[in-house]
Amino acid sequence: MQKLKPEDLGKISERMKGVVNLRDGAYCAKITVHMGTCGIAAGARKVMTALLAVVAEKGNKDVLVTTSGCAGLCGREPMATVELRGEAPVKYGNLDEAKIKEIFDQHVLGKKIVTEYAIGIGSERVS
Amino acid sequence: MVCAGTGCVSAKCFKIKEALERELKKHDLCEEVQIVMTGCNGFCAQGPIMVVQPEGIFYNMLKEEDIPHLVAEHFLKGRPVKKLMFTPPQEKAPVPLMKDIGFFSKQSLLILRNRGLIDPENIDEYIARNGYAAFSKAVTSMAPDEVIAEIRNSGLRGRGGAGFPTAKKWEHCRHAPGEPKYIICNADEGDPGCFQDRSILEGDPHSVIEGMLIGAYAIGSRHGYIYVRNEYPLAIKRFSTALSQARQYGLLGDDVLGTKFSFDISISRGAGAFVCGESSALMASIEGKIGEPRYKHIHATEKGLWDKPTVLNNVKTWASVPSIIRHGAEWFAKIGTETSKGTMVFSLVGKIKNTGLIEVPMGISLREIIYDIGEGLIGDRKFKAVQTGGPSGGCLPESCLDLPVDYESLTEAGSMMGSGGMIVLDEDNCMVDVARYFLDFLKGESCGKCTACRDGIEAMYECLNDICEGKGKEKDIEMLEELAGAVKDASLCGLGASAPNPVLSTIRYFRDEYDAHIRDKKCPAGVCKALIQYSIDAEKCTGCTLCAKKCPSEAITGERKAKHAIDLEKCIKCGVCREVCKFKAVVVN
Ligand SMILES: Cc1cc2nc3c(=O)[nH]c(=O)nc-3n(C[C@H](O)[C@H](O)[C@H](O)COP(=O)(O)O)c2cc1C
Ligand code: SF4
Ligand code: SF4
Repeated sequence: MQKLKPEDLGKISERMKGVVNLRDGAYCAKITVHMGTCGIAAGARKVMTALLAVVAEKGNKDVLVTTSGCAGLCGREPMATVELRGEAPVKYGNLDEAKIKEIFDQHVLGKKIVTEYAIGIGSERVS
Repeated sequence: MVCAGTGCVSAKCFKIKEALERELKKHDLCEEVQIVMTGCNGFCAQGPIMVVQPEGIFYNMLKEEDIPHLVAEHFLKGRPVKKLMFTPPQEKAPVPLMKDIGFFSKQSLLILRNRGLIDPENIDEYIARNGYAAFSKAVTSMAPDEVIAEIRNSGLRGRGGAGFPTAKKWEHCRHAPGEPKYIICNADEGDPGCFQDRSILEGDPHSVIEGMLIGAYAIGSRHGYIYVRNEYPLAIKRFSTALSQARQYGLLGDDVLGTKFSFDISISRGAGAFVCGESSALMASIEGKIGEPRYKHIHATEKGLWDKPTVLNNVKTWASVPSIIRHGAEWFAKIGTETSKGTMVFSLVGKIKNTGLIEVPMGISLREIIYDIGEGLIGDRKFKAVQTGGPSGGCLPESCLDLPVDYESLTEAGSMMGSGGMIVLDEDNCMVDVARYFLDFLKGESCGKCTACRDGIEAMYECLNDICEGKGKEKDIEMLEELAGAVKDASLCGLGASAPNPVLSTIRYFRDEYDAHIRDKKCPAGVCKALIQYSIDAEKCTGCTLCAKKCPSEAITGERKAKHAIDLEKCIKCGVCREVCKFKAVVVN
């Protein structure tokens, strides 16, 4: 791989916009499963596997499934964040395989938040 | 109101403001409509954002071109522009907004700025959120002394233990004679119940690497170590992945970013002893020797690892560095109190509703942490104490809840900041038993080099054990205090010096509980087995027989639908009956 020069950092940042920021990319939804030790211990791997299976089954190419670290509220793990293009991200907690499938059907495909499992809408404040 | 949080500023909200001013002026509306720039709304992904009050109409993802139309329609004709709206007000979402949820709203993310947002195994995502920009700025446009000055002016202090000013360490090491110079990241995290450092390494490993790069450049070091305990496999895996990605990009190795600066990091795995978190023991352990503290007549910044000048900082200290360089010392120094700047990450655990990892500005009160972020105690039980600072920290009572969380206040109150442990205790916790628990832990972790630490902690533990078993004597408290003094004074390292804290702070704030154990042979919280008896309240018992079925030593008898009784001879005081009874009929006295 090519070694970077200082100016390359900006180029990578530009190229990654579509992934980090939905509005700039080809994806219409992004699902992040929070996989820190706390999440994994609570069953995040199973949730991830179930999610990947349902995405593959429905054949959605414009849905981005990704992982991230602990979301902070360890007592509510496994957690996932669902973000649709043009809408605020929604955090879900206490998930299992059945719930993530339901969220995929209702929220990602049906555009309706599953209020029963949702913890909050929006993002955290970053100073 | 136009959001001017960092997220929206980067989404060009100031352009929106200018356009608004221009349009309002054109329509002569400046008197009626006021533009307010607000702090972050927590909808960063949707910026730039604008809220029109008093209607509370929320516009998101605005573009400069939208503004003339929006002003003409909404402000002139009073018709809100549907297609620019986020949630129409009548369809208010039934799910709370993140900024209205106490757990999230009182937090202030700086060290955890990327939490939940990036894939920690993809360096590009870190870079996309301005990663390595701070290091690039330092190495291309700042002299090492300027970097140190920036850290000094920010007021950053160590986040791993004693709160030593970070810039002072860096400066000593930079000017110390001897080559090579080493820097180390302390990720030993031996405190039971703590997971802040682990979580940072798992969730945002590059923030630690970037902090170390900046530190290495400032100090003049070419090689760094990270000391992680072996029990953290995921943290080690993610950090190794991050290291190899950084090497591939030329962010580690020779001639970093095409400059003359070279630096690399190795991982050193610790065996997981608490004392190995202490600086000289940690360095001994990296050198392959026994992890025992050494006598520090010369500071590690002069003679540390392999007797070379060395800087050791905690994970959170390193992870704070990039933000300081990127936003400037002044920005950082605005957060926190006079003596403690910036933010601190805590593992909030115990009898609290929201357990988790939190980041708060220094100076926030313990009450805000426990009641607003933690949302109070499980089952709305009564708060008794909060234990901070790890095993050798102290327990603070209700009367200390309004203390601002900073290094000095916590130390004065008999506890400490430590590395960010925070355990909430309720009325069912016996404070003598809690002190005994921590001393038991420390007794096992003392390396045994100093007599005072080895035998003194053991003696204090025995004394606490006697008190819990009802064998306490009148003079025991005085003896504990005397032993505490001796252990504090005659121990080589911080383990011994702080080990008496759990005992001293519980005596200071909960002396009545010690007295109850010693004089009345009672444990008010109903925890110490030797001092309690279980019995069944005849009024409340419905004769459901559940307790009799669950009792492991068949000590409970009674007919179905008749009052049950416990045979005290057979009772082993396991408390199972009390847990299973749905009618609260089993009582302790
Ligand atoms: C017994 C003992 C255990 C310690 N454990 C840790 C630890 O797990 N992590 C840590 O960062 N510092 C720990 N420290 C503090 C370190 O000795 C050292 O002060 C710290 O890593 C310096 O980093 P800082 O200036 O960034 O706080 C411990 C100290 C003692 C005495
Ligand atoms: S104070 Fe305790 S842990 Fe520290 S060096 Fe002495 S014996 Fe070892
Ligand atoms: S569980 Fe409670 S109510 Fe049922 S028999 Fe035992 S004491 Fe009585």
